[in-house]
Amino acid sequence: MTTAFADTLFMTQRHLRALLRQPVWIFISLIQPIVWLLLYGALFRKIVEIPGFGADSYIDFLAPGIVVMTCLFSAGWSGMGMIDDLDRGVVDRFLVTPVSRGSLISGRLVQGALVGVIQSAIIIVLGLAVGAKYPGGIAGIVALTVCAVLLGTGVGALSNGVALLARRHETMIAVSNFVLLPLVFLSSVFMARALMPGWMQSVARYNPVDWAVQAGREGVATSGPDWSLVFTRMGWLLIFTVVCTWLATRAFRVYQRSI
Amino acid sequence: MDNAIEARGLVKIYGGDVRALDGVSLAALPGTVFALLGPNGAGKSTTVKILTTLSRPNAGEARVAGFDVVKQPAKVRLAIGAVAQKSGLDPEATGRENLILQGRVYGMRGGALRARAQELLERFGLDEAADRTVRTYSGGMHRKLDVAIGLMHRPQVLFLDEPTTGLDPEARVDMWHEIARLAGDEGLTILLTTHYLEEADRLAQRLAIVDRGKVVADGTPDELKGELRGDAIAVELEEQAPDGEIRRALDKVPELHDIVVEARALRARADNGARAVPAVLGALEAEGAKVASVTVSRPSLDDVYLRYAGRSFSEADKEVPR
Repeated sequence: MTTAFADTLFMTQRHLRALLRQPVWIFISLIQPIVWLLLYGALFRKIVEIPGFGADSYIDFLAPGIVVMTCLFSAGWSGMGMIDDLDRGVVDRFLVTPVSRGSLISGRLVQGALVGVIQSAIIIVLGLAVGAKYPGGIAGIVALTVCAVLLGTGVGALSNGVALLARRHETMIAVSNFVLLPLVFLSSVFMARALMPGWMQSVARYNPVDWAVQAGREGVATSGPDWSLVFTRMGWLLIFTVVCTWLATRAFRVYQRSI
Repeated sequence: MDNAIEARGLVKIYGGDVRALDGVSLAALPGTVFALLGPNGAGKSTTVKILTTLSRPNAGEARVAGFDVVKQPAKVRLAIGAVAQKSGLDPEATGRENLILQGRVYGMRGGALRARAQELLERFGLDEAADRTVRTYSGGMHRKLDVAIGLMHRPQVLFLDEPTTGLDPEARVDMWHEIARLAGDEGLTILLTTHYLEEADRLAQRLAIVDRGKVVADGTPDELKGELRGDAIAVELEEQAPDGEIRRALDKVPELHDIVVEARALRARADNGARAVPAVLGALEAEGAKVASVTVSRPSLDDVYLRYAGRSFSEADKEVPR
């Protein structure tokens, strides 16, 4: 086991432990997706009746979107923990040790990915309970989860990068609020792409959130999914994640030089 | 013997124009305590950051435990423990978990790792609180755990950046005992930075006074204090008297030295301040000068500063650092 890998596991363990000691966090993280699912499911139930929407049941359509959105939101706030660590001197304490530098970011990303997998599983099961059907089967569910987690990892890396550059909670909150929700509405989380205004469709084409929703929904909500569509989107998401992680390490260098 | 810590001409510039360090040089022998004394923003923490490989100097060089901090940072890191001003503890983890994680990143594993953590918890009197999250710790417990964490991998050189700032007097004395014991029994080399003259005096074999990024004086505590002999006597007159006469009157008092006359304020030093006061009052009365107040005080950090940095400590501290 190389040091970098071991250090990542140690840091992952630290972050997971901190989460598990916050019952309120666990409770809200479980409740939040249910609220989305029930709220939006009820609110927009009738939009499947719009000609051209292309789905029969809105809950079938929505469930994979909620999985992606939940992973996106969790990841978007990942940088808050980094700011806490910077403020408390935790990052500096580790930088004086031989710890693998990468693990200070990758530990958070792995933790985020694990939480993402668990949250996705919970939403998928809850979806079943409120009547969603997954004709794509297990393979589709795996594809959806992989896409959501890839998106989450990329966005989580970006969030940590912003944290390292801004180093202030207020800035982090402003950036996340500014970016996250618009990214959701500029994708097909709630609305079929075909029914979006033209300019939004063009934007969505470059929106990683939409790549994840498209691929995940194709995998899960259709019987006999178009796997080439799923895998191309997954490939783009992988590239997105790699680029974001690279940006985060650049931000880390900037931080180190500023000490 | 080779120095355990050695720095020559360290310069650190932040943001292109803030000169945090302006040529700091220092040396500490193995097994000794070396203190860096200075007000906020003097450059103490910056010096520690460079010596612990956290920050790179713009100029100058430094070796710690025989390794160059810029060229061999990985070797330096294995040899040192560092307790920063901001402690860097994980508040959501227990004391024990914090120690275990620290040991792990140094490659410690298994039984040896757990035994070392337990040993340090007991030694710092934290064994009862070991399995509580650090969030619940008092300030003194926090600082003890900080030091324990710095010692986890048995370093040769320990850096303590203001280890007692913010502690109550009791916890401070506790910490002093710990630090003295570490240097004495375990042969650690310790570099500590501090605000408190008393702390440097009690713990350090050598100290350097830092001001505005420069070392303005260094030596043993006795050497530095010796140059600042006696009590300070301050006299305020009711009205200004001709300088020359006052000066001559005070010169006649044999106990006094370092006499300064500034308008109505007179300052001087005497080996025994209380005993010199009657003579001072007598001499002033003989000149017809009316005295408004007299104060006698022991030499303070302020006096040391006044002497070496050319301004008072409290004034220097007010200049808000970066």
